[in-house]
Amino acid sequence: MTGNPAAGAARTAAAGAAISFSGVGKAFAGPGGARVHALDDVTLAVEPGAICGIIGRSGAGKSTLLRMVNGLERPTSGTVTVAGRDVGRARGAALRAIRREVGMIFQHFNLLSSRTVAGNIALPLEIAGEPAEAIRARVTDLIARVGLDGLAARYPAELSGGQKQRVGIARALATSPRVLLSDEATSALDPETTQTVLRLLADINRDLGLTILLITHEMAVVRDIASHMAVIEGGRIVESGPTYDIFTRPTHPTTRSFLGGVTGLTLPAFIAGRLLPARPDGPSEEVIRVTFAGTHATDPMLSKLAVEKGIASNILAGAIEEVGPHPFGNLLISVDADRGPEARAYLEQHGLLTEVLGHVR
Amino acid sequence: MSANLIPLLWEATLQTLYMVAASTILGTAFGLPLGVFLAVSQRGELLSAPWANKVLGLVVNATRSVPFIILVVAIIPLTRAIVGTSIGTNAAIVPLTLAAIPFIARLVENAIREVDAGLIEAARAMGATPFQIIRKVLIREARPSIALGLTLAVVSLIGYSAMVGAVGGEGLGDLGIRYGYQRFMPEVMAAVVVVLIVLVQLVQSIGERIAARFDKRAPRNRGR
Repeated sequence: MTGNPAAGAARTAAAGAAISFSGVGKAFAGPGGARVHALDDVTLAVEPGAICGIIGRSGAGKSTLLRMVNGLERPTSGTVTVAGRDVGRARGAALRAIRREVGMIFQHFNLLSSRTVAGNIALPLEIAGEPAEAIRARVTDLIARVGLDGLAARYPAELSGGQKQRVGIARALATSPRVLLSDEATSALDPETTQTVLRLLADINRDLGLTILLITHEMAVVRDIASHMAVIEGGRIVESGPTYDIFTRPTHPTTRSFLGGVTGLTLPAFIAGRLLPARPDGPSEEVIRVTFAGTHATDPMLSKLAVEKGIASNILAGAIEEVGPHPFGNLLISVDADRGPEARAYLEQHGLLTEVLGHVR
Repeated sequence: MSANLIPLLWEATLQTLYMVAASTILGTAFGLPLGVFLAVSQRGELLSAPWANKVLGLVVNATRSVPFIILVVAIIPLTRAIVGTSIGTNAAIVPLTLAAIPFIARLVENAIREVDAGLIEAARAMGATPFQIIRKVLIREARPSIALGLTLAVVSLIGYSAMVGAVGGEGLGDLGIRYGYQRFMPEVMAAVVVVLIVLVQLVQSIGERIAARFDKRAPRNRGR
C-alpha cells in the first residue's frame, strides 16, 4: 500500500492502538453509476497519547477519514476502532456512547450562537444527562483550563476566532474523552492565534494523555505539534510514520510538495527555470539538496567542505526548522559539477542527506 | 363619531384579539411540530422519512392553496362537529386555526433549515439523539427566525379574521362591513381601519423585539 516501512509497523501495532483503521474504504455511486472511492484500503494506527496529523489536499479524503472515528461517516469496507471498539458497526445508544468518548473540534467552531460560552461547554454534558450541579462545576474547570476566565457569560458573536476555538476545545473536553478529533481547527485562524491554539492542544495532550487525530492542509501545523503523521492523496495513505522521519526523509512526491512550503525544499524560480536534468557539455554546476538532521543541523558543514576539501559551494536557498524538539534543515547548494560527487560523499560521510536535483550551466 | 360606536369598536377589537390569539396558539401547537418534522424528515436528514415528508408536504400545500373564504365555508361541517355550531366567534377559530397550521409549519420549516448544518454535526458528534438535537440545537438556534415567522403569521391572521364575518365570526372586519359598508357609516370603516393599523404595528414591533432578544448572532444585541 505504501513504500514507507513505518506504515508496515503501524499495521502490526494496531492491537493496542487508541484509533485504528484497517483496510478502510469508502465508496459511493458517482455520476453515471461509476463507483467513486473517497477512501481506499486505508490502514493506520494511532497510539494512545500520540498526536497524529493527517495532511492532504481538499478532496483527498482526510475529512471522511476523520469522521469515521466518531461514526459521522461509515466505512463501506474495513474496520475503524476506537479503544478496541468497532465504530463502523456500532448503532444507536452504543454509537452515542462511543461518541461521548471522542471529542471533536471544527474549522468553523460550530458553536451555538444562542448559548453563552458556559452554555456551549455545558451542552455535551446536558446531552449525556449529567446533573446540573456537576455540569456547573465541570464547566467552571473547563473555562479555566482553556484560559477563558471571565468570559463565561459571553455569546460566541462577542468572541475572537481564537476564543471561539477555545470554547470548542473546552466543549470537546467536557465529557472527558480519550480521543480528540480536530477538523482543520486552525485553518480559519491567523498565524499567531494558530500558534496559541496549537500550544493549548499540545498542553492538553501532555496533561491529559489525550490522543489527538487532526487533519489539516498546512504542513506547519503537523510540524508544530504532531508526533506522527500520514499523507493522504486520492483516498490512500501514501506515506506515514513519525513526523521527524518524514520531514527529513520524504519519499512520496506529494509529501515533498507539501514540505516544499515549510522547509525550503522549493527551488527558487531563477534556478528552477534553468535546471537541466542531465549534465550539459562544458562547464556547469550541480544543484544539490542537503538535508541536515539531528545534531548536524547546526554544524558549519559547508565551511568545513570548503576548508577541508577546497570545494566552494553556492547557497541557493535554505531553512533550518524544528520538528517537535529536533532541529533540521534543508539547503539547496550548487557546486562545480566536476567536484559534485566528491562533495556529496563528504557530506554523506558526516551524516547529512544529499540529493542531486539537476544541473545548471 | 357617535358615542355608542366606542363600545362597539371595543367589543369588536376584543373579539378579533380573541380569535387571533386562540388560532395563533392552536396553530403553533400543531404547526410547530409539523414544521420541525417537515424540516428534519427529508431524505438523508436527521429523521429521514421521505414518504411521510412528501405526503405531509402535499397536504400542507393543498391547504395553503385554498382561498381562506372558501376554506371557511367548506369546513362548516367540521366546525360544527368540533364547536357544536358553525356560527360565532368560537366557530371562526376553527378555520383560522386550520389556515394557521400549514402557514406556521412552513415558516418553522424554513427557520429550522436556516440552522447551520455544522451545528447538527457537532451535536451528533457529542452523542446527541435526534430528539435532543431538535430540542437543544435546532429549535433553540431557530428562535429568532421562528419569532419573526410567528409575527408574520399573527399579522396574516388579523387579516383573515376580517373574513370570518361570513360565518358570523364578528370582530373588526365584520364591524367594518356591516356598519361602514352596508349602513353607509364611513366613520366606522375609518375607525376599524385605524384600529387594525395600530394592532398590526403593535404586533410587528413586539415580534421584532422578541426576535432581537433571542438573536445573539451579532454583538450589538448584548444586554437587551
